[in-house]
Amino acid sequence: MRELALNVMDITQNSISAGATLIHITVEENTGKDRLSIAVEDNGCGMTEEQVKSVIDPFYTTRTTRKVGLGVPLFKMEAEMTGGSFRIDSEKGKGTKLLAEFVPSHVDMIPLGNITDTVFLLITCNPSLDFVYRRVKDEAEFVLDTRELREILGEDAPLNSPEVTQWLKGYLEEQTQIVEGGNSI
Amino acid sequence: MKSLAELQAIRDKARMQVGLRSEGNAEFRVQVGMATCGIAAGARPVLNAFVEEAAKRGLQNVMITQTGCIGICQFEPVVEVINTKDGSKVTYVKMTAEKAVRVVNDHLVNGNVVTEFTIGANS
Ligand SMILES: Nc1ncnc2c1ncn2[C@@H]1O[C@H](COP(=O)(O)OP(=O)(O)O)[C@@H](O)[C@H]1O
Ligand SMILES: [Mg+2]
Repeated sequence: MRELALNVMDITQNSISAGATLIHITVEENTGKDRLSIAVEDNGCGMTEEQVKSVIDPFYTTRTTRKVGLGVPLFKMEAEMTGGSFRIDSEKGKGTKLLAEFVPSHVDMIPLGNITDTVFLLITCNPSLDFVYRRVKDEAEFVLDTRELREILGEDAPLNSPEVTQWLKGYLEEQTQIVEGGNSI
Repeated sequence: MKSLAELQAIRDKARMQVGLRSEGNAEFRVQVGMATCGIAAGARPVLNAFVEEAAKRGLQNVMITQTGCIGICQFEPVVEVINTKDGSKVTYVKMTAEKAVRVVNDHLVNGNVVTEFTIGANS
């Protein structure tokens, strides 16, 4: 992928397919420590230990044949290429947490890219699911919880209505800009 | 600056209009392929263009969602536009953000299929 934010889009589709109703997406940057971590946590169907092994390593064989996916192994490789790490914690029937750690100064680091677009589209195109998006950069932090937006909006204005969509895009962009700093404000 | 207070104003406005809007039944469902193959081929800007253009035009009769791999990876990004009234489906292939804007204006607003972007015209 050209942006890690595209991997986040892809990885989160797995959570949606797993029947999750609440998905936490956390992007945390620590410039001093030269680390960027991306976590996607869901309350979907989860996986057994055996399933996790076969998802992480497409060549790991189990008796049951399965079609080999690329999304998770790709994300893992992108993290490990930078000298970072990758792990999946999953429990059948409970949910899954995927954590990728990157070393941004490494020459093989893929830029984070437009994480705002990814989160914006996940929210607007899945109006029945809840997302908690947390963006941290050093001391700055921004949290968006769609359950709070829903509480304000009530029944009359769905999260994917044109007015809310436009508000959400602007809100996410402005708040992310504040956290990311640096660039023209 | 956008604020949560603005969101309350949007709710109040929607509350007043609630009787005027034909709730629930979207006329078109737009499904953008968001499997790994689709995303790698550029599906996110396409999805974004659909959402932004539809919101800008205030289209209330359109529902935009994502779907998995439909098995024609060489044609990604793939977009299906389903007419929910009669169940008919148009499949657009090798989409871009610019093409998406055309599809919103011609197909979703004016009801004219953009034949040159369909799978039939591209295979
Ligand atoms: N969050 C998750 N919850 C449950 N199962 C998951 C999750 N993420 C991945 N999986 C399982 O791992 C498989 C492989 O995922 P992936 O590498 O993204 O490929 P694909 O999505 O194309 O199958 C999925 O098909 C699914 O069975
Ligand atoms: Mg996947």
